Amino acid sequence: MSAQGILASYEYLDSTVDAIENLKKAGFDDIKAYAPYPEHHIEHALGYGQSPVRVWTLVGALTGTSTAFAFTSWTSVEWPLVVGGKPIISIPAFIPIVFEMSVLFGALATVIGLFVLSKLPNVKPAVVYDPEFTAGRYGVYVEADGSRLEEARKIMNAEEPIELREGAADA
Amino acid sequence: MAVGTTERGALTHPDVHRLDDVNRDVLKMLTVPGKGWWMLFGMCVAGVGLFLTAWFWQIYKGIGVSGLMSPVGWGVYITTFVFWVGIAHSGTLISAILFLFRAPWRQSIYRAAEAMTVFAVMTAGLFPLIHVGRVWHAYWLIPYPNSRFLWPNFKSPLVWDVFAVTTYFTVSAVFFYLGTIPDVAAARDRATGLRRKLYSVISLGWQGTDRQWHHFGKAYIFLAALATPLVLSVHSVVSWDFAMSIVPGWHATIFAPYFVAGAIFSGVAMVITLVVPLRKIFGLEAYLTTKHFDAMAKLCLFTSLIVFYAYLSEFFLAWYSGEDPERHAFWNRLFGTYWWATWTMLVCNGFVPVMLWFKRVRHSIPALFVISIFINIGMWFERYVIVVTSLHNEYEPFAWGVYRPSIVEMSIMVGSFFWFGFWFLLFTRLLPPIAIQELKEVLPPPMRKKKSSEAAEAH
Repeated sequence: MSAQGILASYEYLDSTVDAIENLKKAGFDDIKAYAPYPEHHIEHALGYGQSPVRVWTLVGALTGTSTAFAFTSWTSVEWPLVVGGKPIISIPAFIPIVFEMSVLFGALATVIGLFVLSKLPNVKPAVVYDPEFTAGRYGVYVEADGSRLEEARKIMNAEEPIELREGAADA
Repeated sequence: MAVGTTERGALTHPDVHRLDDVNRDVLKMLTVPGKGWWMLFGMCVAGVGLFLTAWFWQIYKGIGVSGLMSPVGWGVYITTFVFWVGIAHSGTLISAILFLFRAPWRQSIYRAAEAMTVFAVMTAGLFPLIHVGRVWHAYWLIPYPNSRFLWPNFKSPLVWDVFAVTTYFTVSAVFFYLGTIPDVAAARDRATGLRRKLYSVISLGWQGTDRQWHHFGKAYIFLAALATPLVLSVHSVVSWDFAMSIVPGWHATIFAPYFVAGAIFSGVAMVITLVVPLRKIFGLEAYLTTKHFDAMAKLCLFTSLIVFYAYLSEFFLAWYSGEDPERHAFWNRLFGTYWWATWTMLVCNGFVPVMLWFKRVRHSIPALFVISIFINIGMWFERYVIVVTSLHNEYEPFAWGVYRPSIVEMSIMVGSFFWFGFWFLLFTRLLPPIAIQELKEVLPPPMRKKKSSEAAEAH
């Protein structure tokens, strides 16, 4: 689904942040910002809270812990062999495996979480996009049509953009 | 070491003013191969040939072509395995641990260090397979349901090692890949033709939207937080391959921290060895300044002190234990058959780094390069000393023996450096070898209103 929208490219960080804040004040909610690096002023202006990636990490790590513990114990019981005079289920000896699997599952779950939450891989890139966003420019995109589009254009223009373009971008 | 917050402009580059200057300078490296690069690459291809020829010869003739023979069943292959795992460690230290500590000097070197980690673990991982001889049975290491209902012995440090090294490889590769995504997107936006298609696939359609950056930043922190204990665990587990046995010279509780410090020591030295030519070939003087080399040299000095302290305490404890086999093992290290290996290790790891106390040495890049090579050699010999001198004289004098590495073993060992170099050189040409987006984070952001930095800070 794509709708009508307008994209502004800015050279300066403060112009970008001001444009986002003024758009928010004017009641525009569907704002997308582009930046060449993670910029917390932009995130702040857009009102981001905690990223749910951390839940993925925790759940992944705990899954790893329990899987590894269950697996090492189960395989030991399935064909019991006394090795080095240790008990069949020797918890201290399994700790290294349990630890490694916690880290492995946690890391992989974090990456999967990131991909799900940030919609990567993005096979259908936005139509209006400026390749300068990965170099040195900031961008603001707002979805609107009709009179709202004109209102957004006015707000964006006030912050002296390098370029203003109309078009559709994937949400 | 300057540890502080990642302040804006904490690391000022005199020749870099605008955000897109970084793109210009880094992406330039992907377009101009240059004669130096081709010469090095040619050498590495030849070395990989040597590596594979020697390995295939061993597969064809059997493990007898190596010098491995009772009582020394672990030789150059295990030495080189531990060496490469150790090399990997400082990459994760620089990319994950210094990231969590917000050390402002890591940005320029961390991508190269992380690539080094991935390729070093990849190289290390080959050595157990070479060592076991019948490489076609290598899958027995992995627990899988088989017709004999046999499972690996999870109480064995060797099985822990399989899990530690494979986890380390997977996590460091994922961490490395994740960090490159925004930079590959930057390369995509400047590239044309086939490269553009390739980079579009690798960068997964990254556009640097607010939502992507938001989750990316958090995911990166969590991966760093997971990689930090991981890196400490991996070399601890490698050290337990030795310490869990009762061989005199191996059976010591100090082994885990001693191995981890040694790993970081050798790894930082390897980063210096790799980054000095990289800086020269690609003209990166603006990004890799004496400040970076000074910080790495201090890290080398610090870990060298830990390692040297561990050597001394090992000798002291051998004497203090009053155990004859233990005392003999350490006397034998210093004055026995392999005295030359032990003294190489002591000189390269204990005495040569003393020069790093002097600021003039830390600020001289040729001097650092030479010292880093000494450390690399010394750390290889450290593992050789631990593995071989401990095994060749164990408890019973009638079972003592002498191990001499064969030409096949030495070829594989030398070849592994070229194998590593082959991948590293490809990396410098295909992926941005310096983290573009992280450098931008430490550049002062462009502001329209001169005094608005305080205003933006107030939000």
